[in-house]
Order: sequence, then C-alpha cells, then structure tokens
Amino acid sequence: MNNLEFSSLYQLTMMRFRLFLREPEAIFWIFIFPILLAAGLGIAFRNRPPEVLQVGATTLQLTQALNTDKLLTSITMDEATGTQALATGRILLLAVQRPDTTIYQYDSTNPDARTAKLLADRAIQTAAGRHEALPTKEELVHETGSRYIDFVVPGLLGMNLMGSAMWGMGFAIVDARQKKLLKRLVASPMSRWQYLASFLLSRLVMLVIEVAAFLGFARLVFGVPFRGSILQLALLCVLTSLAFSALGLLTASRAKTIEAVSGLMNFVMFPMWIFSGVFFSSTRFPAVVQPLIRALPLTAAINAMRGNMLQGLSLQQLIAPVAILLAWLIIPFAISLRIFRWR
Amino acid sequence: MLNAKPQADRPSLLLRGVRKTFADVVAVNGIDLEVTPGECFGLLGPNGAGKTTTIEICEGLTAPDSGDVELLGLNWRTNADELRQRIGLQLQETQFSEKMTVEETLRLFRSFFHRGITVEDSIKTAQLEEKRSARVGTLSGGQKQRLAMACALVGDPELLFLDEPTTGLDPQARRNLWDLLDRLKQEGRTIILTTHYMDEAERLCDRVAIMDHGRIIALDTPPRLIASVGGEHIVEFAATSRDNRDGAVDPALLTAIDGVESHRLTAGIHQLSVRELHTAVPKIFSVLASQGLHLDEFRTHSATLEDVFVSLTGRNLRDE
Repeated sequence: MNNLEFSSLYQLTMMRFRLFLREPEAIFWIFIFPILLAAGLGIAFRNRPPEVLQVGATTLQLTQALNTDKLLTSITMDEATGTQALATGRILLLAVQRPDTTIYQYDSTNPDARTAKLLADRAIQTAAGRHEALPTKEELVHETGSRYIDFVVPGLLGMNLMGSAMWGMGFAIVDARQKKLLKRLVASPMSRWQYLASFLLSRLVMLVIEVAAFLGFARLVFGVPFRGSILQLALLCVLTSLAFSALGLLTASRAKTIEAVSGLMNFVMFPMWIFSGVFFSSTRFPAVVQPLIRALPLTAAINAMRGNMLQGLSLQQLIAPVAILLAWLIIPFAISLRIFRWR
Repeated sequence: MLNAKPQADRPSLLLRGVRKTFADVVAVNGIDLEVTPGECFGLLGPNGAGKTTTIEICEGLTAPDSGDVELLGLNWRTNADELRQRIGLQLQETQFSEKMTVEETLRLFRSFFHRGITVEDSIKTAQLEEKRSARVGTLSGGQKQRLAMACALVGDPELLFLDEPTTGLDPQARRNLWDLLDRLKQEGRTIILTTHYMDEAERLCDRVAIMDHGRIIALDTPPRLIASVGGEHIVEFAATSRDNRDGAVDPALLTAIDGVESHRLTAGIHQLSVRELHTAVPKIFSVLASQGLHLDEFRTHSATLEDVFVSLTGRNLRDE
C-alpha cells in the first residue's frame, strides 16, 4: 500500500475511478442503459407462441368439430349474429351449415383468415371421417442464435464499447483542458505517458464490469448463445475498447471546450450508429459503399463479435475485422500523440 | 523543511533578453531579471502587461521566441525533468477536479515528486485540516486557493512561482494567504509572484518589477520605488472658480511651492506629490485662495506603488 501511495500511475488511475464512480449519470449510461435497451428490444421482438384463432359456427356439431383443433376456438351463433361478428372482426371465419354443404365465410385477403379456413376445413373434414393419405409428423423448432435478440446483442455490445470508450476519453480530457487542470498537471513533474495510460488502465477494469453485466444479462434472460471461445471474445472486447479509446483520444486531442468535443464525438460516431449494423444488417446498404462500411471500426467490432458469439468463429477466421480494429488502434493513437494539446 | 539549500552565489532565476510574440501582439518585449535565493520578487502591472507570459516562460510552460532563461543554474531545454522536481507553482484559474477530495488531490500531486513533504504537512501548512475529506467543489474561493498553494508545496520546492495568488479573494482570505506566504519566506524559499494589487506587492515583496506593455519600466525595493515618485505623500484635490466655474489652476504656481515635487491633472483631479504635508498643504491652500478658487475635494495619502505606476505611465493600474 505504501508503494502504491507513491506511485503516480496508481494515483492517476484511482483518480479516473473516483471521478467515474462519483458521476451517477455516467454509471447509468454505461452500465444500466445497455441492459435496459437489450431488455426492451428482447421483449419487443420476442418469438410469440402461435395465436389461437377465433371462429364461429351455426351448429353445435360444427363448433365441436372446430374446437378439436388446438389453434381454433369456436362459438355457436346464428347466421345473422355470425355475419355481424365477421364484419366487426370478432371472428375470422363463420362456418354455416346448409342442407347439402358447409359454407366458409371469410376474408381471403387476411392471412389469419386464410389460415383459419385451412384449419377449419381440416377439422371439419376429419370429424366427418376423412383419413390422411400419407402419414406425417410435426417437429417444432425454436433455434437460438437466429432470433433478433441474438443478432442485436453483439451489436449493442459494440455500440456500448464505442460510447463508453469515446466519451470516457473525450470528456475527461477536454474537461481537464478546459479547467486548466491539464496545464497544471504538465507543469508538475507528472509523466505524460502515465496520464494517458491511467485512462486505458481504468477503462480495462471498467470494461470487465460493463461487458460481464451486459452479456450475463443477455445470457440469463434471453439465452443468447456463446458459440466461440469466451477468452477470444474478451480479447475482442479489449481490442474494441482500446481502438475506440484511441479514436476518443484523437477526437479530444485539440478541442478546448466540452461543446466542441461533444460535436466532434457525435460527428465521428453518427455514421457508425447508422451504417455499422447495430440494429440491422449493414449488408442492406448498396454494394458500392460496402467496403467503406466494412472499414469502420464499429462494423469490424460487431462483425467480429457476431462471428465469435453466433457462428463460433476463431480469431484466425476473424483476421480481417481484427486487422481493421488494430489499424484503428494504432493510427489514431500515433496521430494524437503528435498533435495532442497539453494546455 | 527545506532540505536542499539553494546556493547563495547563483541567482535562483535569471532572464536575459526574453521576448515572446503571440500572433501580432508582443507579450514580452525584452526582459532582463535576476532574482537572488531567498528573495520574494514581485511582478506588478495591469492586466495585459505580460506578467503571466513572463512567469509561464520561467515555469517552462511557454517557450520564449528569444532570450535565455535559467533557473537554479539549469535551463528548460536540457534539465526540464529536474527543474519540474525542484520548482513549485500555482497557475491562474486552475480548477481541480470537483469530485476529488482535498486529500486525494494532494496525494495525486505528491506522487509526482521524488521527494517532498508529507500530504499531512501540506494540509497543515495550507490550514485545510477541517476540509481534508471535503470535495474540492465544496471549498470556498480562499480554500481552493490554499489547496492550489498546497499542491505547489508538496514537492518542497526551492523556487515557487505564484501567478495572481489572491485575485478574486475576499480581504480576509487574502490576509490568510499573505500570512502563509510570510511563513514560506521565512523558510528561505525563493518566491516569484505576479499581482496587480500594489498593496500586496508592498506587503510581500523584497523587490518589485513594474511591467507595462511587455517591458519592465521600474525595478527596485518598494520603499525606493515609492521614493522615486519624489514625495512620500500624495495630495489630491478638485477646485472650481467662483467667477467662471472653470477651475483652471496654473500648474507652475503649484510646482513652485516648496516641497511639491510634481503635478498631474487627471479627470479634473489635481495630483501633487509632496515631501512634507504639514508645510506644503497650507501653502497649497493659500495659492488656491489667491486664485479665487473653491476646493470641492481635498484628500491626502501616503504614496504607494500605484502612484509609482501612475507617475511612470500616466495611467492607473486598474484602468485596463
């Protein structure tokens, strides 16, 4: 403890933690918000069980026949009431018993009504003694990994890593510059590399909490799959976070006010929110812009994470996005060290 | 407290022909300075005189366009790391992180120095014991300034730079800070401070350089600077004529009075620098009476550095 006390790297890193933990809004945006977003999207796009369709019939016999199908529920009513129920949408189909035939009244442009007609006809024919010509069997499939929530969780993870790294870097540096604290620090014997390293160290620790909380939630609540190596996924998260920290450092390297850096940050991140395939596949954009989209760091990060989590790909198979992320780590970092404004 | 005693034969600070230009503004226009160890040296001047640029050149934060800067026999080009360890400084308008406590802030600054005083001692020196665990955001202006002083002192510096240490403080907080500076002087530290308060410079500084438009226009001890005005007292009055309400006084009549050294007229107020009040004032009254003039205002005060500045530049220190 005594040695740590006098270690300026330790003191600088502790300052980062203290300033972060004493800012409740930051904790909400980085830890709570992504989980709320995932929960909201998971509920909105959940796979619903098949719906039971409301139908009507004019005789008790028909109603009994219709109710044998689990997906239909039938009420007996006279034809006039039934026609009215059909017109107001309370039932999708009315089966009318005539002396020589059974009539199905339904709207053929409504897919649910068409389904109801097929199910009703099968139920009534079976009740009347029809036998299947071929024996068939049903096998129901709910594949995890192909649901929307499985697609969106790696996207949200990438977006969250981008936001926390860029804001964490940009705001803190420009705030210190605006308050002349940066100038005061470089006027002391503080080592400049330690100042920058303290951001990365604190980022890495917070990354563990941030990623574990978010992915743990996605796993426990939605059963999102982890088909690739967890260690390699962790490496991808670290690489992503460092690349965006470098980009955040570059964005903050000259700006003198919080307003200026906020504008710059949004300018840098906005294209990625749209094009990088957080909420829908980036392949929906025209083929000519695809190389540009693939070169964006967030696209590379999300593609690599989807490859790891959903397809179980190894880092060797993800070499292209990893190389893009490495380039985004090294180039902005090198530039910002050259142009960084220390006062 | 101070371990490495500065060597007495070498100046703590030496500036030779220092110039600095920002865009088309000449901030520092050829400055020579020599500050001896243990001295408290003041840079006095109005805002925009080049005080801050000068002190930041000394602190190694701004590189001069030309000229030599030497601190403790070292220079910023080759000995920056050692110098950073051996000097302490306080900048104008530094805001420390509001969510850090006083103690945490000092621990951080202490960790940058290889040697120095304990965080405990720095808290005591700055009289912040009761605020040790308080967040910086809750401190008063005076307490924040004392925290800045404590941060400047944690490395037990031989040479201390203070840029406008009491600007914006209330009179009580200013006196507290002056007492702290007195103690630091007694410990034998060399202190270089800028201020635009002449009472502060008179109270604290062994020698004062008066700056204006990037140049040093006078440099001496405060008593000698005041003596250079020519009189120890200043008489100020406004007069109107009973006949034409013009109030014109012939300056030659006033300066002819024995003991009146100079005359100046600014904004309708006549200022005379006077050696001995008790002999000069009756004569001033009789001259005014003989001219048929009526006194609207009359006051006297001991000459200050403000009067030195006025007599050198024709302007008041706080006009800008």
